[in-house]
Amino acid sequence: MKTLVTVKRVPDPETTIRVKPDGSGIVTDNIKYVINPFDEIAIEEALRIKEKQGGGEVVLVSIGGKSVTEQLRTGLAMGADRAILVLCEQPLDSLAVAKLLTKLVEKETPELVLMGKQAIDDDSNQAGQMLAALLEWPQATFASKIDFAADQKSATVIREVDGGLETIGFALPAIITTDLRLNEPRYASLPGIMKARKKEIKEIPVADLGADITPRLTVVKMAPPPKKEAGKKVETVQALLDLLHTEAKVI
Amino acid sequence: MDFQFTEEQEEIRKQVHALCSRFPDEYWRERDDTGEFAWDFYQAVADAGYLGITIPQEYGGSGLGITEAALVMQSIAECGGGTQACSSVHLGIFGLEPLIKYGTKEAKDKYLAKVLSGEIHVSFAVTEPDAGTNTTQISTFATRTGDGYLISGRKVFITKAKESKKMLLLTRTSPYDQVDKKTMGMSLFFADIDPKAVEVRELHKCGRKSVDTNMLFIDNLYVPKEDLIGEEGRGFYYIIDGINPERILIAAECIGMGKRAIEKAVQYSKERIVFGRPIGMNQGIQFPLADSYAKLETAELMVYKAAWLFDHGKPCGKEANIAKYMAAEAACEAADRAMQAHGGYGYIKDYDVERYWREARLFRIAPISQEMVLNYVGEHVLGLPKSY
Ligand SMILES: Cc1cc2nc3c(=O)[nH]c(=O)nc-3n(C[C@H](O)[C@H](O)[C@H](O)COP(=O)(O)OP(=O)(O)OC[C@H]3O[C@@H](n4cnc5c(N)ncnc54)[C@H](O)[C@@H]3O)c2cc1C
Repeated sequence: MKTLVTVKRVPDPETTIRVKPDGSGIVTDNIKYVINPFDEIAIEEALRIKEKQGGGEVVLVSIGGKSVTEQLRTGLAMGADRAILVLCEQPLDSLAVAKLLTKLVEKETPELVLMGKQAIDDDSNQAGQMLAALLEWPQATFASKIDFAADQKSATVIREVDGGLETIGFALPAIITTDLRLNEPRYASLPGIMKARKKEIKEIPVADLGADITPRLTVVKMAPPPKKEAGKKVETVQALLDLLHTEAKVI
Repeated sequence: MDFQFTEEQEEIRKQVHALCSRFPDEYWRERDDTGEFAWDFYQAVADAGYLGITIPQEYGGSGLGITEAALVMQSIAECGGGTQACSSVHLGIFGLEPLIKYGTKEAKDKYLAKVLSGEIHVSFAVTEPDAGTNTTQISTFATRTGDGYLISGRKVFITKAKESKKMLLLTRTSPYDQVDKKTMGMSLFFADIDPKAVEVRELHKCGRKSVDTNMLFIDNLYVPKEDLIGEEGRGFYYIIDGINPERILIAAECIGMGKRAIEKAVQYSKERIVFGRPIGMNQGIQFPLADSYAKLETAELMVYKAAWLFDHGKPCGKEANIAKYMAAEAACEAADRAMQAHGGYGYIKDYDVERYWREARLFRIAPISQEMVLNYVGEHVLGLPKSY
């Protein structure tokens, strides 16, 4: 099975994010970047599918600047076969990403597109759904377990939905987006790192794909969450109720 | 001058961190408590291919340099495993150099793959009770018998002898008083640690509990002549060959441990509130940590300069020795200050810094003492008369 896996370069979830004083974005100096953790889960799943089926191809795709090469190399070191980098310096909204991915899917004709359920920078949670809509393919979002029929023509996915798990079946090709509990991504081995050096990262200028990526969204302002104020200790339940009524005005 | 690590070197660092993150502080605390060897950590490192990092590709390794090996060791130490983690894999990472360089093809074909896979552990048996730092005075002796040698003697401080099937064993093959040059007449063997002829007795140490260090009582150990490394009588030189890379790796381990200690102290100093403010606001806490960090960063430069020189086939004795000296001092001081910043909690095992403190101390003594490094610098770098 040929699987296309999307990879986004995002700030390391462990770095402290600071918003620029003018609210136009975040301070990017000294920030460490990683593969979006949900995409890393998607890479892992694609590799497991390939290992289990004893064949197939795992192709990574990313859209962004040259610096994304770093994350693609990591994915290749984990074991992906090759990568495609759509060179694009401008910020993109989810619809533009979905349109670009549509073009790549048409070129690559994979049986499966595995994506993170969301990127941890913008937290939009839309690209997968939009891509499925544009391609008119079935979609299974928030996957926590994926199985394929013996003929590899259909899949069963357990989805993490509010209040429980939902199991759905559908025909391939399809879009699946990964949730946290799908797997624990591997770390690359040293031979893997060394093999990655020789694997192909094909660069495509964004204009060559001929998709309409005009932004539909503008970021008006970014602001850090309000600072947490120190709490107050009260002696009695009655005092607490009074304060909730008079000060916090929530009851 | 290029002070950049390559993309691949950065990736190695990143992936070693990813591997080590599966072995958190609690894991190492428990090892320190029970003394049980870190088998699963060791196997994870072997499975990820790091034991073969400097082994040539023709023997299944990755054929990389000491720079990469040092990065691996520093990263392992940075992740909190300290010497328990580093020493468990240290010899696999580089120690087989004499075998690779001077061993027979048969010996290499026979053993290297098994070392790579983690199947056989190897010890390095040089130090003796009656010789100490003065290696030429060793008395363990290998006598020729027909198609091999019979070896008897005593070794001390031999790390991992309990796990190891093999050891790089330095012996005399000509007595000290019968050689023209005292560094001649010693031979290096890739010998079995055969329980019938080698009694292994563990020593109780200050730290690094899960990596055993032992006395060896060797009594008529038979070693076939194929397991002699290189030429008879030249063993000392084969050991000396590996001394600079060994110092570089130890120095890298020190840097990692020191940085980890400072990281812990910084985190703690931000969180601990006394007199209504984080203790890290006091310069009395801040300055020693900043000072230690500066020393660690400076020593790190020397580590990678030495590694670069070695990998480019240039002499690096001065740099490797100075790197080891500065890194060991910086690490011990950093661990001590990290403990101080923790106050009473620093003395409690749950906070890990006392473990680093006990462990880092080793590197001012072994594998070469700070005094002997200064002897080297005094004599070989400054050109002063030999003092001993
Ligand atoms: C935990 C641990 C693990 C070890 N693992 C191994 C191992 O796996 N294999 C192995 O072969 N060895 C190992 N060693 C041995 C280590 O390399 C030696 O301890 C070290 O080389 C010093 O030898 P020594 O202990 O006999 O000290 P000594 O030679 O007795 O020296 C004692 C002190 O005197 C000082 N001194 C001696 N001569 C001079 C001089 N001329 N000028 C100034 N000062 C001097 C030394 O610096 C030292 O401070 C290990 C040691 C330890 C503690």
